[in-house]
Amino acid sequence: MSIFDGFKFRSVSSPIHRMDPRVKFLYVCVLFVVAILFNQLLPLLLLLVIQIPLVLIAGVEKEWIRSMKGSAFFIIIIFVMNFFSLYFYSGYFSFAVILERSLAMTARFLVLIESFSVFFLTTSPDLLGLALEQSGVPYEFVFAFTTAVRFVPVLAEEAQTIMDAQKARGLELEGGNFIKRVKNYIPILIPLIVNAIRRSLELAEAMESRAWGASKKRTNLYILKMGRKDFYLIIISSIILAVSIYAWMFLQIPSLTQLLSA
Amino acid sequence: MIEVEDVYFAYPNGVEALKGVSLRIQDGEFVAVMGQNGAGKTTLVKHFNGLLKPTKGRVLVNGVDTTKVSVATLSRRAGFVFQNPDHQLFCETVESEISFALKNFGFDEKTIAERVNWALNLLDLTEYRGVSPFMLSGGERKRVALASVLAWDPEIVILDEPTIGQDHQQKDRLRQFIVQLNSQEKTVVVVTHDIEFIAECKPRVVLMAEGKILAEGPAIEVLTQPELVEKASLVLPEITRIFMRLEGLGFRRNVIDIDEAERILLERFSESL
Repeated sequence: MSIFDGFKFRSVSSPIHRMDPRVKFLYVCVLFVVAILFNQLLPLLLLLVIQIPLVLIAGVEKEWIRSMKGSAFFIIIIFVMNFFSLYFYSGYFSFAVILERSLAMTARFLVLIESFSVFFLTTSPDLLGLALEQSGVPYEFVFAFTTAVRFVPVLAEEAQTIMDAQKARGLELEGGNFIKRVKNYIPILIPLIVNAIRRSLELAEAMESRAWGASKKRTNLYILKMGRKDFYLIIISSIILAVSIYAWMFLQIPSLTQLLSA
Repeated sequence: MIEVEDVYFAYPNGVEALKGVSLRIQDGEFVAVMGQNGAGKTTLVKHFNGLLKPTKGRVLVNGVDTTKVSVATLSRRAGFVFQNPDHQLFCETVESEISFALKNFGFDEKTIAERVNWALNLLDLTEYRGVSPFMLSGGERKRVALASVLAWDPEIVILDEPTIGQDHQQKDRLRQFIVQLNSQEKTVVVVTHDIEFIAECKPRVVLMAEGKILAEGPAIEVLTQPELVEKASLVLPEITRIFMRLEGLGFRRNVIDIDEAERILLERFSESL
C-alpha cells in the first residue's frame, strides 16, 4: 500500500503547503496536459527534473520517494509492456528507439505520479474542500468529498484490525485457488461494510445534533486568497504550457538516439 | 508458557510501541496487563498469537518461536478475544459464528456440533443460537465473540479490554467467568485499564507505560503503590484510597478488595466494642 503513502496529506508547513490549492491544481493540470502532449524522452525527463525543486521546497521528499518506490511495480509493468509491444508489433524500429520510447512512456507515468503526489501531499483535505466550495460546488458535495477522504485512513486501519481478528480465529488469507481467496475475504468485508454503515449513521446523527444545514448561507473561517506566490505559480504554469504547445507545434524534438548518433 | 525476551516493536509508521519488554507467563497463570492508552498493552499481547512479530528480541509460546509459525497455528493454542466484537462478527447466525473458527481449525462435524453447544451454554447464549449476531445488544455481541474463541478450547485465553462497554452486572459475571477459566488450568491474560475490576480478581499485574514494563507482581503489591500506579496514569482502587487515608488510625495500606476491607473493618469494630 506504500504507493498511497505518497498521496496522504502530511500536516507540515512549507511555502508549497500554504499555496492556494486551486493554483496548485492548475499546475498539476498543466503538467498533466504537457506530459500527454509529448511522447519523446527528452521533454518528459525535463518535466520530471523541473519538479524536483518543488518537492524539496515542500519538504516531502521522503514520502515522495516512498510513493515512487511503491509505484515501482507499475513502472516496471509499463516499461515491459511498452517494450515488448513495440518490439513485436513494430519490428522496423531499432533496439535503441524502442528502448527510448518505452523509457519515455515510463517517464510520462512518473511525471503524472510525481505531480499528483506533490499536490496531495501538500494540500490538506480541508483546503481542498474549501477550494471546491469557493469554486461554486454545492456544500453537500464538498462535505461528502472531504468526509470520504478523511475516512480512508480510518477504514484502512479498521480493515487491518478485522484481518487480525479473523486470523486469530484461524482464517488463512494466503493460499488456495482464486475462488477460495475471494471467499476468504468475506469475513473481512462484511464487518468492514457493516461498521462503515453504522459509522455513517452515527455521523449523520452527530451532524444533525450539531445543526448541520441549519443556515442556508454558510460562512468560512478561512477564505482562500491568492497571494504573490500563487500568481508566480500561475505565471510559471502558463509559461510551461505556452512553451510546450509552441514546441509541440513548431519544433522538431530530437530523440536521445539521434543526439547520441549525431 | 509464554516467554517474551527483550522484545522491541515498531509499527510501520515508525512509532515504537515496545521498547525492551521481557516477561514470562507460566501455564495456568492469570495475568493482567495494565497501563494507560498507548502504553503498549495490546501491542504486547498481539505478540502472543503472532499477530505482531517482534522487530528485535523474540517471543516463545510453549517453546515455539512466533516468527516460525502462522497466526492460525498459534491461535489454536492462544485464543485472542478482540476488544470490539464488531471487528469479527460476520455470520448469519450466532451458531455459525461460533463454528467458523472450529471449521478453520479442521474439527470434524460431530465435534463442531458438540463444541458449539458447549460454548453457547457456557456463555448463556443458547436462546440466541439462530439469531443474527447483528441483532444482539453490545454486551451480547461481546459474549458471542468470547464464545467463538472459547469454543476451540485454547490453552491460553487473551482478552483485550473485556470490560469496556459492560455494565456492572456483566462485569461481575465476566469476573466470575475469568476466575472459573483460570481454575480450569487455563492461562488467562487480560488487557485492561479498569483497576477496580482487577482489584477484585487479584491476578498477577504487569504495569506498563511508554512501551516498557514499569512493575510486575501480585495485584496487592503493585496496585497499592501510589507512585507506580500514577506513573502508569491509573488511579488507585477506591478501597485502597480509603485505607490510605485511614492509615493514621492504624489501618494497613495494602488492601484492594471489598471482602478483605470488610473483614478488617469488622475486626476493628468488634475490638472497639
